[in-house]
Amino acid sequence: MKVRIDVDACVGAGQCVLAAPDVFDQRDDDGMVVLLVEDPPAHLEAATEHAALLCPAMAIVVDR
Amino acid sequence: MSETKVGTRSELGSFPTERDPRCPFDPPTEYVELRAQEGTASLACPVGVDARVVSRYDDVRAMLTNPHLSSHAAPSTHVVAGGVLDRPVAPGSLLNMDGPGHARLRRLLTPEFTVKRIQAMRPYIRGLVDDHLDALLARTGPVDLVADFALPIPSLVICELLGVDYADRDRFQEQTAVLVGTNSDPAALEQANLEVVGFMTQLVLTKLETPTDDLLGRLIVRARETGQELSVEELVTLGITLLIAGHETTANMIGLSTLALLRQPDQLAALRADPELAGTAVDEMLRYLSIVHFGVLRQATGDLTIGDEEIKAGEWLVAVLSAGNRDESVFPDADRIDLKREATAHLAFGYGIHQCLGQQLARVELQEVFARLHQRIPTLRLAVPFEDIEFKDNALVYGVRALPVTWDGEDA
Repeated sequence: MKVRIDVDACVGAGQCVLAAPDVFDQRDDDGMVVLLVEDPPAHLEAATEHAALLCPAMAIVVDR
Repeated sequence: MSETKVGTRSELGSFPTERDPRCPFDPPTEYVELRAQEGTASLACPVGVDARVVSRYDDVRAMLTNPHLSSHAAPSTHVVAGGVLDRPVAPGSLLNMDGPGHARLRRLLTPEFTVKRIQAMRPYIRGLVDDHLDALLARTGPVDLVADFALPIPSLVICELLGVDYADRDRFQEQTAVLVGTNSDPAALEQANLEVVGFMTQLVLTKLETPTDDLLGRLIVRARETGQELSVEELVTLGITLLIAGHETTANMIGLSTLALLRQPDQLAALRADPELAGTAVDEMLRYLSIVHFGVLRQATGDLTIGDEEIKAGEWLVAVLSAGNRDESVFPDADRIDLKREATAHLAFGYGIHQCLGQQLARVELQEVFARLHQRIPTLRLAVPFEDIEFKDNALVYGVRALPVTWDGEDA
């Protein structure tokens, strides 16, 4: 699995951090998304896909 | 605009706002039919225009992420008879802004609402919930859970967030309760409105002079440091927006969800037995109750497609969040409360660039309330017959006007 984020599209809702805290974080200065792991291990794949589904700005793209 | 419509006009005719009084937690029954119809029905709205009523989950998400739909009219204006659809958007009016102007303001505010920052407020919120429960338990029931619990807690959280002086919080809380209350008479309402705007203006002026370590103070510094200085008008509008958005919604969720859970003893017993369940329970109750119950209004700024339907520039659309949240294709057995359901993909906070900025705060407040209220008062029950509870059918945010409750003496 490969994860890409679009920081320009991000609206800082925090849904991804709740869904997959080991994969996503938010910057302290503007609340925008930070990708912690570009290729999440198998046990984080489901949570990562859920985060992509939840994102209100569709700023997370998952390639498998 | 009627000549540009390509969809079929629904037999339903007008935008459904009436609930079945026997099912006060369910959206109007017409939504079931609307979801099942092909395309999107065009319905007459109380404000005096026709709007495409978008009711399926996928269509609501598609609509709220479409960049060719403007939020310039206030979110629920379609149900307001005599409402104004073309009012100029006030500077700082986050809910009504589009595009880069909206993105600039939202980005200045998002660091205040990150998961991390809100989690750091959890101990404060838990303390506040416990203090209010102590005060309730020091009395003998019945008490009104809305006036004495649901309203003050979110109000005091907003005070903490905005950096309101402790000495001013009681007065601030009293006046905001009048402002968001539905039992207030017009004169009291106007007085409270003037007072809250005056109060917010004074708060903003104080923070501009000496920015302290709170939301408003940090916002002012952040805007200055990034060369995007905010005017007094913008700051006051933002402050009032945060106050109203964070107060009325959370308060209504506390009252309404407590009532709904009291009516579902098996679910309530599960929550009482395992307070950890509050995590999923909050999102499930947000989904089930969808308190922004008339949905949100948008206007097409260009031709676009939702589902298979063509929408022409100028047309009005309503995303009916409550209908999408009961869409069986996404939430099986959608009309049932299941506190274990993974419901975070619900639409109660909206979707797209306007999705609720304060959602993490709302979640933490509601989680603490759900976990603590039923732990501390396990015999909590209605003090009046269910039929006597008055629902806010006509208010833009749904809830109960009052919730008289009582408990057994040994809970204290």
